[in-house]
Amino acid sequence: MSGHSTYVPGTAFERWLEKRLPIISLVHDSFVSFPTPKNLNYFWTFGAILSAMLGWQILTGMVLAMHYAANDAVAFASVEHIMRDVNYGWLLRYGHANGASFFFIAVYIHIFRGLYFGSYKEPREVLWILGMIIFLLMMATGFMGYVLPWGQMSFWGATVITNLFSAIPLVGSSIVTWLWGGFSVGDPTLNRFFSLHYLLPFMIAGVVILHVWALHVVGQNNPAGIEPKSTEDTVPFTPYATSKDVFATVVFFVIFAWFIFYVPNYTGDPDNYIEANPLATPAHIEPEWYFLPFYAILRSIPDKLGGVLCMFGAIAVLFVLPWLDTSKVRSATYRPLYRQFFWILVIVSVGLGWLGAQPPEGGYVIASRLFTAYYFIHFLVILPLLGLIETPKPLPTSISEAVLAKNGHQPAHT
Amino acid sequence: MATTTHDTPEPSRRDFLTIATIATGAVGVGSLAWPFIDQMEPDASALALSSIEVDISQIQPGQIVTVKWRGKPVFIRNRTDKEMAELKNTPPGDMKDPQPDSARVKKGHENLLVVVGVCTHLGCIPLGHSGSFDGWFCPCHGSVYDASGRIRKGPAPLNLAVPEYAFLNDKTIKIG
Repeated sequence: MSGHSTYVPGTAFERWLEKRLPIISLVHDSFVSFPTPKNLNYFWTFGAILSAMLGWQILTGMVLAMHYAANDAVAFASVEHIMRDVNYGWLLRYGHANGASFFFIAVYIHIFRGLYFGSYKEPREVLWILGMIIFLLMMATGFMGYVLPWGQMSFWGATVITNLFSAIPLVGSSIVTWLWGGFSVGDPTLNRFFSLHYLLPFMIAGVVILHVWALHVVGQNNPAGIEPKSTEDTVPFTPYATSKDVFATVVFFVIFAWFIFYVPNYTGDPDNYIEANPLATPAHIEPEWYFLPFYAILRSIPDKLGGVLCMFGAIAVLFVLPWLDTSKVRSATYRPLYRQFFWILVIVSVGLGWLGAQPPEGGYVIASRLFTAYYFIHFLVILPLLGLIETPKPLPTSISEAVLAKNGHQPAHT
Repeated sequence: MATTTHDTPEPSRRDFLTIATIATGAVGVGSLAWPFIDQMEPDASALALSSIEVDISQIQPGQIVTVKWRGKPVFIRNRTDKEMAELKNTPPGDMKDPQPDSARVKKGHENLLVVVGVCTHLGCIPLGHSGSFDGWFCPCHGSVYDASGRIRKGPAPLNLAVPEYAFLNDKTIKIG
């Protein structure tokens, strides 16, 4: 987005438009001629996959809203109406519900990609923080969307999550009453969640534009974690990145489609096919899988306010990550110690997810506490110290050299 | 003024007008924001349903009856003599939210406990006659309450709340 455009208007109309609104050159510079590091691997396709998922969720959500009724008396029935009566309603709803899961699968891979290759480091701090804001908005959107079918898990999930705010000293219970619009989760809560569930994706789209803007200012990180030094190190976005992104997106959507058509309820909870009952909590209550690690952290702390603070702290710590990691070397490929701690963090995060689905008793509680402690130690102790004690491997002098070192030491024969 | 120099000139008429305009605008935006915030509070129809009357004469010793009040369950428990004796023998001293059982019931109706059936942790409905104190057990995060609805174990910070209620006569209570 900076420097001189290589776009040459081809037709009289394009020349006319270019003088009035240079939108074609903006797209050309951002998605056609934009230089991308030539060593990007498939983990770099998840940005495109996430954009496709956002588009898919907005498309399916928009048409679902044409058939859904946000009223506590009929919401549950209207979802069944979508499933049984509306033409292709089953496809749209299963597509949207599983779409949320696949959106989170993609975002978690995208985030861990950033963690492994140090994509949050100078000068990409703002890019990273914008991504974290998108992640928070996604969680809010996913949570409120899950309330709309008005099943038992919808209702009790909404109750537990809104009650997190009651941990705030003094004003907590007033805030919760204000969020509910009543003395418990009820019709006013459902209505406002529907309104916000429709609004937030467009806010996500807005922050995505900022995220992509920031990306085009600082350029993409890459597996070697060093900046491109010459045109030797980059290839144009189109066709190289575009075709790779399209291929990866198609593969991702094939797996996604398999879930929609063959195991559409795999990630869901059967209790959510029971209509919401304010007088009976399900015996075993748990959020959707993508919230489980945070839920495990919440439950591991034997104090209400402390649990809530740790849960939000687990996300807050990611916002300040660029300043916690003291190492100047970005890519874990050249950080022998960090690479091991990265995989331990992956195991701990997945482990917390598993523990979040277990009953809150006995060994599960102890394991949750250990894993929660490790999660924070990783970010607050290990990362700051590692940059001081670790001896990184020698960095390649250029991306081209890194590519050649990996694929035979001689230049490729033509 | 003595402190005035050429670098920090006297505030001008324009400075005053700028500050006054910003202040007026801020007050305007603030007062217009209030209706947008306040519309989320419980509305008149929700507030209108704020009290109920319950017949308690049919509740047997040991039985827990659940009634709905303000969209939440209220547990009314007719406690047995054995439960009462046990509660009498446990001093509240080392509890998380120390409160004697006598402070949670009405005089003359000590066996009848009325509590809001919402776990003070994160709002789930605890299960009656469960948990290691034969009171309530919350299935969500494992809080354990005794037969007085006091928190004894687990993450909940407070005892089950006693709602505002009164005996209209020996058979009827009014909650709210």
